[in-house]
Amino acid sequence: MARTSETREPLIHLSKRSSIHPLKAWMIRLAAVALGLALCGLVAFLLIERLRANPGRIGEFYYTFIKGSFSTSRKIWKYLKNLSILLCIALALTPAFRMRFWNIGGEGQTLVGVLGCIAVAFYLGGKIPEWLLLILMLLAALVCGAAWGLIPALFKARWNTNETLFTLMMNYVATYLVAFFLEVWVTNGSGTLPKQKFGKLPTVGGQAYLLIILIVLALTVCLYIYLNYTKHGYEISVVGESVRTAQYVGINDKKVVIRTMLLSGALCGLAGYLIGAGLDQSITTESAGGQGFTAIMVSWLGKFNPAAMVLTAGLIQLLNQGAAQISQDFDVSGALPNVIVGIILFFIIGCEFFINYEVHFRGAKQKAGKEAVK
Amino acid sequence: MEKQLALQLRGITKRFGNVLANSHVDLDVYRGEILAILGENGCGKTTLMNMIAGIYFPDEGQIFVDGREVVIRSPKDAFDHKIGMIHQHFKLVDLFTAAENIVLGTREEGRYSLKDVNARVTGIAHKYGFHIDPQKKIYDMSVSEKQTVEIIKVLYRGADILILDEPTAVLTPQEITRLFDVLRRMRADGKSIIIITHKLHEVLEVSDRVAILRRGEHIATVNTAETNESQLTELMVGKKVSLNIDRTLPDHPTPRLDVTHLDLHSAEGLHVLRDISFTANGGEILGIAGIAGSGQRELLEAIAGLQPQITGDIIFHNPKKDKPVTFFHKSMKRVKELGAQGMFHDKNMKPVSFDGMSAGAIKKWVESGDVLFKEDELIDLKAKTPLEIRQLGVRLSFVPEDRLGMGLVGSMGITDNMMLRSYRKGRAGFLDRKKPKELAEEIIHDLEVSTPGVNSPVRRLSGGNVQKVLVGREIAFTPKVLMAAYPVRGLDINSSYTIYNLLNKQKESGVAVIFVGEDLDVLLELCDRILVINSGAVTGIVDARTATKEEIGLMMTKTDRARKEDA
Repeated sequence: MARTSETREPLIHLSKRSSIHPLKAWMIRLAAVALGLALCGLVAFLLIERLRANPGRIGEFYYTFIKGSFSTSRKIWKYLKNLSILLCIALALTPAFRMRFWNIGGEGQTLVGVLGCIAVAFYLGGKIPEWLLLILMLLAALVCGAAWGLIPALFKARWNTNETLFTLMMNYVATYLVAFFLEVWVTNGSGTLPKQKFGKLPTVGGQAYLLIILIVLALTVCLYIYLNYTKHGYEISVVGESVRTAQYVGINDKKVVIRTMLLSGALCGLAGYLIGAGLDQSITTESAGGQGFTAIMVSWLGKFNPAAMVLTAGLIQLLNQGAAQISQDFDVSGALPNVIVGIILFFIIGCEFFINYEVHFRGAKQKAGKEAVK
Repeated sequence: MEKQLALQLRGITKRFGNVLANSHVDLDVYRGEILAILGENGCGKTTLMNMIAGIYFPDEGQIFVDGREVVIRSPKDAFDHKIGMIHQHFKLVDLFTAAENIVLGTREEGRYSLKDVNARVTGIAHKYGFHIDPQKKIYDMSVSEKQTVEIIKVLYRGADILILDEPTAVLTPQEITRLFDVLRRMRADGKSIIIITHKLHEVLEVSDRVAILRRGEHIATVNTAETNESQLTELMVGKKVSLNIDRTLPDHPTPRLDVTHLDLHSAEGLHVLRDISFTANGGEILGIAGIAGSGQRELLEAIAGLQPQITGDIIFHNPKKDKPVTFFHKSMKRVKELGAQGMFHDKNMKPVSFDGMSAGAIKKWVESGDVLFKEDELIDLKAKTPLEIRQLGVRLSFVPEDRLGMGLVGSMGITDNMMLRSYRKGRAGFLDRKKPKELAEEIIHDLEVSTPGVNSPVRRLSGGNVQKVLVGREIAFTPKVLMAAYPVRGLDINSSYTIYNLLNKQKESGVAVIFVGEDLDVLLELCDRILVINSGAVTGIVDARTATKEEIGLMMTKTDRARKEDA
């Protein structure tokens, strides 16, 4: 009986953590970012010729991330503007996500928002007062976005269709709808709609982007309150956690799904309005620029908490602009900047695993066991 | 003759995170004996057995089979050492026959012949007295038949040590007797049988020795012949517990809920409730007994407004006789209607008539409190949603079987869970967390809920505490009807008795309590009347003070044909 138990047990053993100290969780996240950055440096060193020729520029490489967003005041404003648009779409998706309604149609809902507001500007611009035009454009954007959110919600409520596939496909419908209208509106064959003369959001405080930033800031606060302190927000959480619980206490889950998707779609429409009336004054099939998908990540990383999403949107925007700066400064093109962003995001998302689970190694445990025996 | 050791455990320890599931457990199992492992929920019984069966690997300790140390890393390893476990949740392929399931996963030399398998299965069944048709499909089988398949599956693989995890939980008294006969025959054949249970009388009936676990530790092993229920309980809980339910005679029971000709087809077209009629009285506990899945859940859900497809009537008697009419749950229109039907009288018993009165005058009169109900108000709950039922002023509380999936929201704290029933009240669109928080604190204090705080997710609480939170909330709304489905399932003895006492208190204060239970001993001890449900139909309503377990067991299992022959 003196034999010790044979160690044929698995090498790695995972167990779910029951709780984790917030400080420890943040340490894990920081370590993940540091590791991600280190790996980025290595990849960059191997793939960027200029860097390999002159390894001393590696410090410059890391500085580029900050430089991309903060080196000049113009860049800072641009950073804040891009952050705001991204955050706006992420905020729009969040009520649906809290309800476990996987709305990945933010791209399409935003795009039809742009389409709605540009259509109003195209047909009514100059014919009615500018203030009225802006209001009508806003309404059109909200209604279009809401409609794009409503359709999958109705199908979900009526026939229990899969919302992920449905909202995804609606994105393509939106893209081709825009292509169709461009055919109708642009008669010279160039395929690009010139900037509209009317229907531009006014400049506040002498800064072109300040109004957009303020609108999204206000939206963040409102949505935080809506989700955490109102009856609607509570109903969303209950339906998201368990439809059966909702039915048990008399919440009409279908009504909540439809109402919330109307809101989610309308807020995407608002983001479309900010793009259409606040920035572009025009529309292409790429007006949403993939931000509808990036926003999904912003919302997830922020754990569907609007306040935390300000940070995650900030981080992702920082990486995006840093990547653009790298391709400029180091004269690399193609997918490399995206690879670098991807590596860092991989580490950030992957580290959540280590926050939720604890990893035990066979060797480590044996040691602990022996100590216990002593 | 010296008994031969079959299995020895030495110093077995298993941790899950910070939780110590088993701590230095030593256990001996002999050939030709039935060993019962007894302990409360969460004491580590199943974890310990899973380590023998190769589901978990122990952190520390050794396992010896026939005196030789073995390493069991997988169920296959366990079978190689002739150890087989019959799990609580059956692992069978529905579309396969019994024989196909039994042979599944075995690697035998030679040609696969289902005919041989059938013959061998029949042989095993014959040897131990099972009744089984090897060619029957699993989906056609009752729970007890499926269990038989699981046991034969283990025997087919040549197991000499059989572990049964709570095998009686899903069986009727008659089926339990039959299972125990089989187990005794296996014992006579020299097999070692380990049976996990928390039902004391079964332990005393079938086992040779009892090993008691408490909080992951092996407390004692006693010979069944030399022990009794109270000693076992004391060992299990760690202190003396009185196991008496204080049942009082119902005080003036009055009809509170009349269910007549209730019929329901499920979405899949199954006839789940068949022409059910009964009356639940205020001041009485009505038990509902039946094999799991006989329609108990659907019946309670139908009453709670969660099965809109029902036909028949569910009439709630609102005890309003001689109580003032209010606008609290009624619109002016409804009050006028009831007035026109002559439902009201005044303090001097003179009939009230609103004829020719203005709305303002009616309002004034009603609000003076001088308009009284002539009789109890009758409210039909059929085709009403849960929300409509509440808005009609029907105080119906429901403790569903699925606590975290239906009764509570697992990720929310106690405060937010209290709000589920009441969040609609108060300031326009915003939530008021003040009162729910007070209620949460009150329940934590009164029912001794152990929790880190009012906001920590209820999912993290133990089963007993989760149930206290749920029952506490449902009782807090001073119900007139309280329905509870399996309210003590998975609870330890102390928590179970807390729940029984709460139900009893509700009964004494005049509530009509409907209690769906699985343990017939408890039903007989706690309830005043017991309704027996069988395949969605009522097969009898008996007086719990005079009925016997066998009588109820028969009603639970009687087939349609037998019933017709009786009639």
